[in-house]
Amino acid sequence: MKKLPVYLLLTAVGIVMLYPLLWLIGASFKSNDEIFSSVWFMPSSFDTDIYKNAWKTVTPYTMGHYFLNTFMIIIPKIFFSVISSILVAYGFARFDFPFRRFFFALLLGGMLMPSLVTVMPMFMLWRELGFLDTYIPLTVPYLFASEGMFVFILVQFFKGVPKEFDEAARIDGCGSLKTLFFVLVPCIKPAIVSIAVFTFLWTMNDFLTPLIMIQSVEKYPLSLALRLSVDSTGQNYEQNKLIALSVIGLIPSVAVFAAAQKKFVSGITAGGLTG
Amino acid sequence: MNKKTYRNPVGVSRFTGLLLISPFIIGTAVFLVYPFVCSFLLGMTNYDGIRPPQFTGMDNYRNMLRDENFCKALGVTVKYAAILVPLKLLVSLITALLLNMEIRGIGIYRTAFYIPSILGSNLAVVIMWQYLFTSNGLVNQLLSLVGATPVSWYGDPDKALFMIVLLRLWEFGSTMIIFLTAIRSLPREYYEAAKVDGCGHIRAFFSITFPQLKSVIFVNLVLQTIAAFQEFNAPYMITGGGPLKSTYTIGMLIYDEMFRYNEQGYANAVSWVLFMLISGAVAVMYAIAALMRRDEE
Repeated sequence: MKKLPVYLLLTAVGIVMLYPLLWLIGASFKSNDEIFSSVWFMPSSFDTDIYKNAWKTVTPYTMGHYFLNTFMIIIPKIFFSVISSILVAYGFARFDFPFRRFFFALLLGGMLMPSLVTVMPMFMLWRELGFLDTYIPLTVPYLFASEGMFVFILVQFFKGVPKEFDEAARIDGCGSLKTLFFVLVPCIKPAIVSIAVFTFLWTMNDFLTPLIMIQSVEKYPLSLALRLSVDSTGQNYEQNKLIALSVIGLIPSVAVFAAAQKKFVSGITAGGLTG
Repeated sequence: MNKKTYRNPVGVSRFTGLLLISPFIIGTAVFLVYPFVCSFLLGMTNYDGIRPPQFTGMDNYRNMLRDENFCKALGVTVKYAAILVPLKLLVSLITALLLNMEIRGIGIYRTAFYIPSILGSNLAVVIMWQYLFTSNGLVNQLLSLVGATPVSWYGDPDKALFMIVLLRLWEFGSTMIIFLTAIRSLPREYYEAAKVDGCGHIRAFFSITFPQLKSVIFVNLVLQTIAAFQEFNAPYMITGGGPLKSTYTIGMLIYDEMFRYNEQGYANAVSWVLFMLISGAVAVMYAIAALMRRDEE
């Protein structure tokens, strides 16, 4: 009973955190009048036609098209970033080599580099190479373990695996790569799941990079398609359509988070990952 | 990190490790060092993206001091970070401490608090915020319900910046999780000993928890400061930098100079200043942290 005020406080904070999202879902079924006159999230009626209309978007393409585009960026990106981060982290965690400390310091320093500083020259580089308006600028950098945070997390996890595992594998005739993929990787699965999930979430959230690199509407990922809808939604227009699009845009992130939640909490906590 | 733990197994060359991290070395050179040097050099030119860049020395930097937009954006960005970062750390730390009080159903609370932060800069969330804060949006409706006067979130310069602060504050979950993990890893014996000595919760916080959390607070402080200085999405989509440029951040200025006015040399110079600003802020925090540590010893 002594803790009642704490529960009340936490519940109040919880409501503040979740009510806006609940309201957003409700508002997608409301008329303009109802959106701006009622604080209660429940709409007076459910009309699923709103979603059918919203799915068509204001562009020549449907939301399905933009989802497909987004996944064409996300899937290679996850694959690239997982593989390259594992290799690099394995190198740092298990081997001695010239300038090891220097490179590790470089890795930590790179994490502090504001992306806003590098994105402009990168835009120019991709322009010179003729790769603007393709998915290459959005995916290829991830082949090179460009997310220092991921490498850092994996190094921490690798260090948690006893070295005897490696030695046993070596005695059984495993080379370095075999040891990595058959012995070590299975031990650090939660960390790998975290990396994949965060790559997914960050790509869904990334707006600036595609805004700069992608020009043709045909190739837009979800975030840019949403922006296009905002720009073409006037004051007197049916707001629920835009809200419905936003709800659709949030579903992948929430779904992936819900599915992976248990596994990846340990990953966040080890490396101090932020959203 | 002693040398011994890093001795290579018999028969493994000194270069195996180097080979394994080679993607990182190439990546750093191409995606970090190159753009960094490039933006420094372009920052000293006049470049419109079409004609070849002309070397102008420190002109861009001198012009910055005279550029009203730059001075305004610098002020807005610093103010934004100075309001947001302490608030967010405080809210995260207090919530983490509350969650640590052997609460039942902690998983539900943790998830509820964490969800907004995974949505981060997702454009859908930004659109949602736009709706919540319009003149007759949910927030103002709630304000009039409790008898307060509705606020013109988009019209009042101070309120507009605060609206964006509120959005990032709403996403405090990830910072909170880092605190919670750190708090939970503190040895329980200290608290039991403190209890035996008749030490209350608040006293226990200041004598046991806080001193041991210093390094985590530092990490969160650095991460949040870097993020705050780079704010772009929220003002770009919600307020467009207005009213009266009160939400016009450095991030927006760089974007505008680069893509709207084609002042690509100038844009690079500004992004270099932003980098110096962030490194300066981190260096100051680091120095203060080092001083505090020395004082204790």
